[in-house]
Amino acid sequence: MEKLRYERPLIKRLDGNMPNKFGMRSDYTPKTHIEGVAVKDLIKQYGSPLFVISERQIRDNIRKARKAFETRYPRVQFAWSYKTNYLDAVCRTFHQEGSWAEVVSGFEYDKALHNGVEGSKIIFNGPDKSSADLEKAINNNSLIHIDHLDELYKIQELSKKQNKTARVAIRVNMDTGIYPMWDRFGFNYENGQAWTAINKIMQSETLELVGLHTHIGTFMLSPNAYATAAYKLAELARNIRLKYNHEINYIDMGGGFASHNTLKGAYLPGTDISPSINEFAEAITTALINSDFPQNKLPLLILETGRALIDDTAFLLGSVITNKRLSDGRRSTILDIGVNILFTSFWYDHKITPAQPFTQYTEDTVLYGPLCMNIDVVRENINLPLLNNGEHLVVHNVGAYNMTQWMQFITLRPRVVMIDTNHQEHVIRDNETLKSLLDLEHVPDHLTKFDL
Amino acid sequence: MKINKHIAVSDSGFVFNPVTGESFTANPMGIEIIEMLKKDQTVEEIHAAVLDKYHTDNTTVEKDVAEFFELLKNFSLIDRHETTEN
Repeated sequence: MEKLRYERPLIKRLDGNMPNKFGMRSDYTPKTHIEGVAVKDLIKQYGSPLFVISERQIRDNIRKARKAFETRYPRVQFAWSYKTNYLDAVCRTFHQEGSWAEVVSGFEYDKALHNGVEGSKIIFNGPDKSSADLEKAINNNSLIHIDHLDELYKIQELSKKQNKTARVAIRVNMDTGIYPMWDRFGFNYENGQAWTAINKIMQSETLELVGLHTHIGTFMLSPNAYATAAYKLAELARNIRLKYNHEINYIDMGGGFASHNTLKGAYLPGTDISPSINEFAEAITTALINSDFPQNKLPLLILETGRALIDDTAFLLGSVITNKRLSDGRRSTILDIGVNILFTSFWYDHKITPAQPFTQYTEDTVLYGPLCMNIDVVRENINLPLLNNGEHLVVHNVGAYNMTQWMQFITLRPRVVMIDTNHQEHVIRDNETLKSLLDLEHVPDHLTKFDL
Repeated sequence: MKINKHIAVSDSGFVFNPVTGESFTANPMGIEIIEMLKKDQTVEEIHAAVLDKYHTDNTTVEKDVAEFFELLKNFSLIDRHETTEN
């Protein structure tokens, strides 16, 4: 007789008290397959833990986003935010879908060039651009978004030296009614800093003001804040037209649209409260169309959306190392997924689903990672079915910021696999080995030998 | 290991302790083990029965059953005056 699936014995006291802090269980089916490929086969072939990215979902997301904006506004351009996920295969999928590159460092700039993006279609943001980076960007006709006055002077000096006009925009920070207000990047709108920078650019012979840029925050849940930002940038553009008779080419609204992840401490899940891309599109395009731009001279609208386009395309597969009971009676489960590779577990209560069938019995559980460090907590509390050692779990919505902010700490970083639109698997980043790290290290001669 | 003989166990997993008035839910494996305890089966007999019926291994069963007994003790469903070994 075939043996039955084992589930560890469980007994729970029934309490008629207040709802517990672990929340209600909302998931009743296992995540056994990703894009038609079995999770257990992926882990068997590529190891655990493992990142898996769906190419189909990336293409669906960018196409939906483009449709949301392009059906409301005549001139729209998306630029892929490299810092959100700069694996080449991911970037090139976005570039194939028409996205330019948006980078925030010399390293990311070179990666965009390496991916074959024309210099004139690279938007260069960020506060730290070296002279060498800027020389390259000026020479390549890239769109340089100035963050501070020292950078403005540096670009002016370099463009004179190169005898080449630099195409620049300024990043503008402003009060859009949200908290916290991001004022560390760029020039402030309300106190006149932005206008001072604009005057300096307009008076320069080697700087061409081609656009205005803002990025009002991250994981934004309010489309109205974008409408406020768009009105303020349109107002700046109007004043530039009035004072200098100069039309800017584009307005770059940055990114920051929320994904469907659930922020820690949020009362409702992200799937319920995150606005759709259509809501952001409606707010931004309505503000621009209703502003003072002549209808035949509407600027190009650039969007640097990252998280909302990539988060739900990726999954992190892992396995149970062991189950333990804590001193206060709570169940804890140790996974081979830790904060070292799931950086976003510091911000989100990720949706986590078993990868094999389970019963309706659940237990309140703390999920720990494999690191021998107290900080390695993947979820402080989650209501999960009973998992046996070696069984697999799937962490959802991990496409943004994990494969760029992951740490090589205590252990090595795992493989990343992309499943293409024909359900074929491709390793798009190998797992690290001891050699990958030792190749970077050098031991001075006097430290090569020792006796113990 | 003696389970409190007064507790009522339903097939659907509802466990009631009339001495304390407390109610519990148990999964099918938990109910099976409680029923075996009510029939005075030894720990070794319980291990063997689980291994015989389910797809698992000795280490897992030993660890999980021991932890389950701890829960039963904490919930006062096992007579605390009994030794843990039958």
